[in-house]
Amino acid sequence: MQPRPFVVRARRRELADTVTLELTGDAPLPFSPGQFNMLYAFGVGEIAISISGDPAQPEVLRHTVRAVGRVSEALCGLRRGEGVGVRGPYGTPWPVAEAEGLDVLVVAGGLGLAPLRPAILHLIRHRQRYGHLVMCYGARTPADVLYQRELARWQRAMQVEVTVDSPVSGWQGSVGVVTALLPRAAVDPARAVAMVCGPEIMMRFVTRDLLRMGLPPERIYLSMERNMKCAIGLCGHCQLGPAFLCKDGPVLPWSRLAPLLSVREL
Amino acid sequence: MKKKTIGDLLREHPFFADLEPQVLDVVACCGQNVHFASGELLGREGQEASFFYALRKGRVAIETFVPSRGAVTIETVDAGGVVGWSWLVPPHLWVFDARAVLPVRAIAFDGQCLRSRCETDAAVGHALLRRFAGLLAERLRATRLRLLDVYGHAPR
Ligand SMILES: Cc1cc2nc3c(=O)[nH]c(=O)nc-3n(C[C@H](O)[C@H](O)[C@H](O)COP(=O)(O)OP(=O)(O)OC[C@H]3O[C@@H](n4cnc5c(N)ncnc54)[C@H](O)[C@@H]3O)c2cc1C
Ligand code: FES
Repeated sequence: MQPRPFVVRARRRELADTVTLELTGDAPLPFSPGQFNMLYAFGVGEIAISISGDPAQPEVLRHTVRAVGRVSEALCGLRRGEGVGVRGPYGTPWPVAEAEGLDVLVVAGGLGLAPLRPAILHLIRHRQRYGHLVMCYGARTPADVLYQRELARWQRAMQVEVTVDSPVSGWQGSVGVVTALLPRAAVDPARAVAMVCGPEIMMRFVTRDLLRMGLPPERIYLSMERNMKCAIGLCGHCQLGPAFLCKDGPVLPWSRLAPLLSVREL
Repeated sequence: MKKKTIGDLLREHPFFADLEPQVLDVVACCGQNVHFASGELLGREGQEASFFYALRKGRVAIETFVPSRGAVTIETVDAGGVVGWSWLVPPHLWVFDARAVLPVRAIAFDGQCLRSRCETDAAVGHALLRRFAGLLAERLRATRLRLLDVYGHAPR
């Protein structure tokens, strides 16, 4: 599949190294929360980036990108009016439909909030379809808290708990790891779905605690963001055991991931 | 409405909720209701740790003073959590400051009272030690996870 040409309509700096791009193309790009696109910075390269926009507004494509290397730096450096190639959307979605009638616990770490944003917007838009909604979010410092203004808005529709590893003076919020927030989540583990995204090590610790709280492994969903290249199940770059994370994932339930992750070399 | 006893409050607190009733009654004898305004200290580094606190409302910062940086928060404890374990371990001195960041309601336990109950009643000693060992293990795990500085971006 060839990349489709998109243009940067707006660019917002979120954090020191992170930018949200608003892109428009010749046609809307409908997607499900949790899916990603392959973004092509012309002449530099192509990388997988989750869609962070509102699934109810497919005419505006939003991506939140952290500059960590060549391609992501080029994407973060794009200005209004500049072009970018887009392939997608790819991958499995967050289980927002399966979660209807249940409590939802969203757990995010660092930039992991970006792929969860579309799911959160969906949950809030269809608030009456769900039980309790809770988000637990951990970031390194208060300056690394993504979508700060929006968090306050989300708080009106759901329980939002934020913690940082290293506070600055005047911070009145929680200090500590994101797992420390879980006991405060007002959800019934027996009838809750968890959606977890963040660094892999954080997701492992969170999952362990969710299992201890009594959430069943088939209702704990993680987004596994391993390296990707073709994104269509051909090259094997994203392989985890028998699974190709670009099409069997990135969102998978723990019941499927646990056996794959127990083999360390994978 | 009948005023809640310390025993009632303990039964609602996650740290004590599943204590045997007779153990809970003994523990409750060493507790009293306390309030702290935000900014007030529950304990001060180096001073005698006469009490520990089961938080019912509010938030407490565990702090230490770092020259040139001032008071640095190491972690926070919220409602449902417990502040202070130095009452259990000699020399019974606070290792950090504990400061209310939001107005706090808590049950304060007299460490000496509890220690003497632990000495005379093995069931009480065992139940409390098990709970505090669990609490300390949890804090240690959280600290180790934080040492990994997982949100840094190399690798993401
Ligand atoms: C499904 C999926 C969704 C993603 N969503 C987002 C997103 O919404 N926003 C965002 O900023 N990034 C996201 N990423 C990560 C992004 O793809 C990588 O940061 C990017 O590939 C880095 O490319 P680069 O050329 O800029 O850096 P490189 O020079 O290739 O790498 C720089 C550093 O990043 C590490 N790295 C590279 N790729 C990955 C990866 N896939 N996972 C973890 N570490 C990696 C490398 O080990 C190296 O330390 C996602 C990845 C996947 C697979
Ligand atoms: S990225 Fe090529 S198979 Fe998944």
